[in-house]
Amino acid sequence: MAMADQNAGPTFRLSMLIYDTRYRSLTIQVIVLIGFMAGGVWLVNNMLNNLSDLGKDLGFGFLNDAAGFEISPQLIEFSSQDSNLRAAIVGMLNTLMVAVVGCIIATIIGVIVGIARLSKNWVVARLMTVYVEMFRNVPILLWIVFAIAIINDIFPVPRAFKGDSATASMLFNESVALTNRGFYVPSPIWLQGSMVVVIVFILSLVAIKFFGTWSKKRQEATGDILPNFWIKLGIFVVPAVLIYFIMGRPIELDYPAFVKFNFEGGLFIRAPFIAITMALALYTAAFIAEAVRSGIQAISKGQSEAAFALGLRPNRTMQLIILPQALRVIIPPLISQFLNLTKNSSLATAVGYIEITGTLGGTILNQTGREMECIMLLMLIYLSISLSISMVMNVYNNSVKLKER
Amino acid sequence: MTDHSFVRTEMLPEQPAPLGETGILLWLKTNMFSGIANSIASVVTIVIIYILAKEIILWGYQPSWGLGSVRACFDDPNVTGACWGVIPERFNQLMYGFYPKDEQWRINLSFFLMVAAIAPVLFNKIPRKAIYFSLLYPFIAFWLIWGDSIWGPIAALAGFAIAYGAIRVLNPVAGAIVGITTGVLLALVWWLFAAVPASVIVNGVIPIELEVVQSRNIGGLTLSVIIGISGIALSFPIGVILALGRQSDMFIVKVLCVGFIEFIRGVPLITLLFVASILLNYFLPPGTSFDLLLRVVIVVTLFSAAYLAEVVRGGLAALPTGQYEAADALGLDYWKSMRLIIMPQALKISIPGIVSNFIGLFKDTTLVSIIGLLDPVGLINAIRGTAEWKGILWELYIFLALMFWIFTFAMSRYSMYLERKLKTGH
Amino acid sequence: MKKSLFISTLAAAGMAAGFASAGTLQDVQAAGVLKCGTGTGQVGFSAPDANGYWEGIDVAVCRAIAAAVLNDKDAVEFVPLTSKVRFSSLTSGEVDLLSRTTTWTFSRDVDLALTFVGINYYDGQGFMVPTDLGVSSALELDGATICIQTGTTTELNLADYFRSNGMSFEPVPIDTTAEAQASYIAGACDVYTTDSSALASARSSFENPDDHVILPEIISKEPLGPLVRHGDDQWADVVRWVMNALIAAEELGITSANLETLAAGTNNPEINRFMGTEGNLGEMLGLDADWAARAISAGGNYGEIFESTIGESTPIGLARGLNAQWTQGGLMYSPPFR
Repeated sequence: MAMADQNAGPTFRLSMLIYDTRYRSLTIQVIVLIGFMAGGVWLVNNMLNNLSDLGKDLGFGFLNDAAGFEISPQLIEFSSQDSNLRAAIVGMLNTLMVAVVGCIIATIIGVIVGIARLSKNWVVARLMTVYVEMFRNVPILLWIVFAIAIINDIFPVPRAFKGDSATASMLFNESVALTNRGFYVPSPIWLQGSMVVVIVFILSLVAIKFFGTWSKKRQEATGDILPNFWIKLGIFVVPAVLIYFIMGRPIELDYPAFVKFNFEGGLFIRAPFIAITMALALYTAAFIAEAVRSGIQAISKGQSEAAFALGLRPNRTMQLIILPQALRVIIPPLISQFLNLTKNSSLATAVGYIEITGTLGGTILNQTGREMECIMLLMLIYLSISLSISMVMNVYNNSVKLKER
Repeated sequence: MTDHSFVRTEMLPEQPAPLGETGILLWLKTNMFSGIANSIASVVTIVIIYILAKEIILWGYQPSWGLGSVRACFDDPNVTGACWGVIPERFNQLMYGFYPKDEQWRINLSFFLMVAAIAPVLFNKIPRKAIYFSLLYPFIAFWLIWGDSIWGPIAALAGFAIAYGAIRVLNPVAGAIVGITTGVLLALVWWLFAAVPASVIVNGVIPIELEVVQSRNIGGLTLSVIIGISGIALSFPIGVILALGRQSDMFIVKVLCVGFIEFIRGVPLITLLFVASILLNYFLPPGTSFDLLLRVVIVVTLFSAAYLAEVVRGGLAALPTGQYEAADALGLDYWKSMRLIIMPQALKISIPGIVSNFIGLFKDTTLVSIIGLLDPVGLINAIRGTAEWKGILWELYIFLALMFWIFTFAMSRYSMYLERKLKTGH
Repeated sequence: MKKSLFISTLAAAGMAAGFASAGTLQDVQAAGVLKCGTGTGQVGFSAPDANGYWEGIDVAVCRAIAAAVLNDKDAVEFVPLTSKVRFSSLTSGEVDLLSRTTTWTFSRDVDLALTFVGINYYDGQGFMVPTDLGVSSALELDGATICIQTGTTTELNLADYFRSNGMSFEPVPIDTTAEAQASYIAGACDVYTTDSSALASARSSFENPDDHVILPEIISKEPLGPLVRHGDDQWADVVRWVMNALIAAEELGITSANLETLAAGTNNPEINRFMGTEGNLGEMLGLDADWAARAISAGGNYGEIFESTIGESTPIGLARGLNAQWTQGGLMYSPPFR
């Protein structure tokens, strides 16, 4: 207010702060700011008073104490003697794993369903409608519970694979075991020389990228279209396979085998992870499908008619005309669906998948009794994950956005 | 001369169209079997649907509605699938929680009144006067559900009357700002200092009371509906104000609104519920502790308001600048232009978003089970813990999923109806 | 519904909200109701029945205290608390007392500023496995998948036990009892671990209890008992001595059946002091003279409560074991009423 006084000059009257539109917005802002700060100070003050009444202090020292519990799955090495901080990081990585895998699956299913909903095939279109309406209108918590229950009901227990009276058998030549604790699949063992194969594989990916740009240029110059897909597939597969055999098969597979309680060896994809990922992916896919559908429908019919008039086949029309335009409409809701999926992963504790809410907001909180610090940190972590996702996606969004004047 | 050319002299009788080109066959051909790929897709889909439907019906169609426990279902040779007995036995609990049996008519009554109160908001065929009942409804419902003296809600209502009266009297005399400020202050003074004693005194003279029911006895679907509806109703005005704040020219207001919206949208609801159940007491003066249900409603409201603000902002941004300029050109002040020109159009554009936001909020009420409230999911966990119903799962969750589905599907259909109704284009 | 719901609720909350005063005892007496934090539903310990009436051994402690302080065993407001919120609800004053299968540990007592006032059940963490797994000792569980009921000290004990025995395990931590048991039954894990009392109650409720065996190892000490806030010694005394009264009553042979006759006066001075017909123990606590008798009348002495909630005649079917009187080889021991 003092500032307003100085600027106002001799004719300034106090009532001008309210009635003069030049000053009114300043007045309102100052009042709001004072109110906000007073509220904030009041809350913090209350918190400090309450904490000191209870003889507690605010501090993050507990993060260095030994966690004392085990987590699985763990993307980085973790044992019960490691610190709470490391437990929180393991949890965070698990959250990210669900989020990334879930988003990818959700996008794939969502796009397919969204397009299939517009299919001319009545049965397919209806089935997709039923899917979307079913998943969108029932709470995600129920889907998560359903997912784990389905896994428990359908797949056999690991012990059923054991012994002479085995009631279940492994798939694909004794290499894959689907149990209700999770799926065991072979995992690669990297032997001497495997690096060469990997490097060749990466090089062929680079080559595909180069080929793509080159073929596009060529098409623009000459009008010829190469069989891009097959050539790319060839570059993708052939060199790596050749080198693999030339180097004398340096990559072997580790097959899961039953030992006492569980399968051992191979890669173990745990049932809680499958349940939470599939539940989140199917739920989110229903929303993505709606976004895709409305995105496609937002493109006026004239566009596809024009494409047909030019002689483009339906596939190419979709690929070259409709989708690039629809993408602009689809991306913004897609971002918020990715964010929703990430945030909904906080419900994973319901099926025993331990992520950041389960560690930092669960066991660590329970063991240390540091509610204030744990929950604040938890919110901060989610906030930074969300903000990074939306930042990355917004960059992408800006790159596909229609460039206007 | 023979006539080489043949000219038919009479019309041929009209033939029916070939079998494949009419009725159901034509429909089938165009919609399901128009090409090899399509035919395969149709057949595969139909087979999948058939298998699923068969399994579900075989499992679900069981004469187990009258059985009293899981064991009874196991022992009954006729029951090979679902054990539905849990639904009728626990139906009351799933609907009302632990609300006293003799008082449950109050919940039912509030529900019917709610339908009556919402109707004027939803459909514009109903006389406008009915909106006054909608405004009164929250007080009536509060009294019906929680009980105690009727004078409490009436005293709270009186605060609004005082504010309104002060504004009406003072506005012509001292100007709008003085009038509104005085009105609000008077109302606050009334609520904080006079309302409680006044209601107690009046209740001493004319006691109209219902039995008090504690919040923690309210549970089941009733709880979901209470949290959902109050969250929806309360978040609407807050969301609109936040959206306006975000679009505002005032830097500080804008920053605060953006910060609030992005913060709430960046964290999962469950962490906010943790705040409500664990941390909120730390931020209040020592000794104040208010009802967990109220805390949850506040948090859910703020949560929903942030999302709503983004939806409304989308609507505001979609309006052509010309609308804002035209409103300014007419000489309308900010609030008038918002109320008369901008908001009606922006809200109309945002309807699908607003409704899906509300659907999301209603579904999210299931999360309160995680902080120990006995909503249907919390009750199901409790029921699954009892000896009679141990191991039961699908029956209860399917029942609950159906309940939610009915509510939310109705809401989404309403939004479609509204879109059609409000469509003024051609 | 408009903003007013919030305001009217706030007004109502204002009417109901108590203002913290010097002592919890005075607050409880002024409010006429005891706010007791319990679990969200563990049959036998604290769970509402189909009509919403709370039952269990933890609940019985609350009712006994309400009877002693307020002379009404139903003047209790049960606040179901999850394991996350239980301590903060107690410290923030939302409940007057927490009676919720809470293990007495050093850090909780000292660091979290809580006061444990006694032990109403001596428990320990155990393991349950399906019989056909062929396991007879927890030491054979190397590599097993274990369903853990989270939120208590369970996870820490388990990690410690396996670590100290050089074994590994695959944890599946689940936070609701129902879900954890369902996972175990479905075979999503080989072992189910939690406090052995809860194991017994779970086993008894399974379709075929004989298909499951509880392993002999008890890997931890879990003394469960009620607790109050730090710094209110009078209230802690009240809760502690009501607890002791329940235990002492069993030792002295005071039951809900003979309560009336004994209240008339006996030849045993300790019983007389206990019943308030002699001395002024009640006055020292700030309660009426017959406080202990009222506590017993709520649900009987400790032995009666045990039998009616988790004892062998109930579906849970726990033996007294460590929880027998010290005179019968157990650990239940009340200091003298003198």
